[in-house]
Amino acid sequence: MNFFFEVLIGGLLSGVMYALVAIGFVLIYKASGVFNFAQGAMVFFAALTCVGLMDKFGMSLWLAIPCTMVAMIVLGFAIERVVLRPLVNQPEITLFMATIGLAFFLEGLAQLLWGSQVHQLPLPIEDVPMQSLLDRFNIVVSQFDVIAALICGVLVAALALLFAKTKVGRALRAVADDHQAALAVGIPLQRIWAILWAVAGVVALVAGLLWGARNGVQFALTFIALKALPVLILGGFTSVPGAIVGGLIIGASEKLAEVYIGPLVGGGIEGWFPYVLALLFLLVRPEGLFGEKIIRRI
Amino acid sequence: MFYREAGQFRTTYEADGQILPIRQDRIVLLATLAIAVVAVPFIASPYLLSAILIPFLIFSLAALGLNILTGYAGQLSLGTAAFMAVGAFASWNFVARIPGMPMLLAFVLGGLCAALVGIAFGLPSLRIRGFYLAAATLATQFFVIWCLTKISWLTNYSPSGVITAQRIEIMGYAFDTPQRKYVLVLLVVALLALLAKNLVRSNVGRSWMAVRDMDMAAEVIGIRPMRTKLLAFAVSSFYCGVAGALYAFAYLGTVEPEAYSLDLSFRILFMIIIGGVGSILGSFLGAAFIVLLPVFLNIAAHGLALPTSVASNLELMVFGALIIFFLIVEPHGLARLWQIGKEKLRLWPFPH
Repeated sequence: MNFFFEVLIGGLLSGVMYALVAIGFVLIYKASGVFNFAQGAMVFFAALTCVGLMDKFGMSLWLAIPCTMVAMIVLGFAIERVVLRPLVNQPEITLFMATIGLAFFLEGLAQLLWGSQVHQLPLPIEDVPMQSLLDRFNIVVSQFDVIAALICGVLVAALALLFAKTKVGRALRAVADDHQAALAVGIPLQRIWAILWAVAGVVALVAGLLWGARNGVQFALTFIALKALPVLILGGFTSVPGAIVGGLIIGASEKLAEVYIGPLVGGGIEGWFPYVLALLFLLVRPEGLFGEKIIRRI
Repeated sequence: MFYREAGQFRTTYEADGQILPIRQDRIVLLATLAIAVVAVPFIASPYLLSAILIPFLIFSLAALGLNILTGYAGQLSLGTAAFMAVGAFASWNFVARIPGMPMLLAFVLGGLCAALVGIAFGLPSLRIRGFYLAAATLATQFFVIWCLTKISWLTNYSPSGVITAQRIEIMGYAFDTPQRKYVLVLLVVALLALLAKNLVRSNVGRSWMAVRDMDMAAEVIGIRPMRTKLLAFAVSSFYCGVAGALYAFAYLGTVEPEAYSLDLSFRILFMIIIGGVGSILGSFLGAAFIVLLPVFLNIAAHGLALPTSVASNLELMVFGALIIFFLIVEPHGLARLWQIGKEKLRLWPFPH
């Protein structure tokens, strides 16, 4: 039973990290209707830039992080200017494909700037089992995972505050409701989009740092976008709580399935199990767990 | 001057309904086909045939398949490579396990297997649409490749999971040189392209487009969405399956799951974006573009003496930038450029 809980908690904690990437998607989808396939590339770009600044210019971690944050904000503004602004009013599918192109571009750019070898990212958090839990319940839970989950929690709370309490947040919600109405009451749509992409870039940075510290900063980071997709399907594309709950469900079920069902069918089912789970769920509830009810008219 | 339809009268229904109503189009198409079949195998070097023309034709076929699904029926799919893999593995198994199995029949059966898988994974499209569906089709990609890696019966218990494709032999005639493989691929692709062109002009194609443009409205006017969508998935997967079998048999020479990665799916998606979504000609133009681009970039990188790592990263960037560029400047792709060119040619050399 202890083993079960260990797997479950490990899964839930990694689910938090999936949720973090998924939130980046949700932010952009909610406010601009763009399904941002480049989120994984942005995570990779952010992590590699941070490590690259440390390696090439000898910056300390605490200097490199703000510098990267500035870089991600600049990137967000540049994306709005170069990619999104000319594509205003195009069908959603066009915008989606543009972000696939963007993903390729960012992957190439990141590796061109900083090289393609695997980097270590030394965050000052140790990946050791938490002693108190080990003593009391005899369960091994990594301290790193717990702190990472806490950081995600803080980030989500900060985003929630940003959305609920600030002027920019109000504008964001207005844009999310209706582009044209927002424009009509004088909300600068393009500036809002730029801010949004910048925020998504910062979220990508946090995700990139945490994932990079865990698995090394390498090209495989781009694939966590693929991990975040079933989370999105499950949670609904437009809901931040959905992304979190979806992340937890996917993380836990994926690890449990790998441990308990995996051996029966030859292992390696982590790659597709979340998708199949999300798909089965969609057949019951096509708009996801927390998605908006889709009403379609002719 | 040369491209003008004045004086070409269509007096019968057959003449009115033909694929290429303008005489010049017919002449150009037939001439192209004749050159491709008769002259190219003799003129082109084996390198040109096996490294550029054969993959171009095979990717055109796969792009055609995806274009039927995405361009005509409006169902975005990211699992193209998985359907190709099904086609390749099924064809291999049919030939390996049934003695005396004719090769072409094996390709067709491989395509049919892919169609069945396509129907199975197309089922969610009845309830979900748009991005949810795109994400769901990724499940196909991961699940199918996983199956092909894990179920060793499919690879005949080969320890490495890589199996050599059988020699293509049709009626005792071996297609083993690049020239012969090229002609075979060309004939298959031309036949299937003709079929696709007619299919999208028929009522099946019209109902696909109705579902694409507004599925609720299509349902209201009596098109059954379930049948239409699943048929689109089946036909599209059939094309992809045949393309996958050709990819394994006529191009790679091996059958292995790694050849059908997500990357290949994306490549084919790019082909239809750049070529033109919802256009048969666009599938060919896009495939040509995506096959030739790396070749040109390699030559350019070689000329500038760039290291290979820089060149490969630049290739990614150029790919990405081109996609965005095309979407911004010409969302309908190269096929639309050709259409504009035709409009201009009609007037040339007079301004109006």
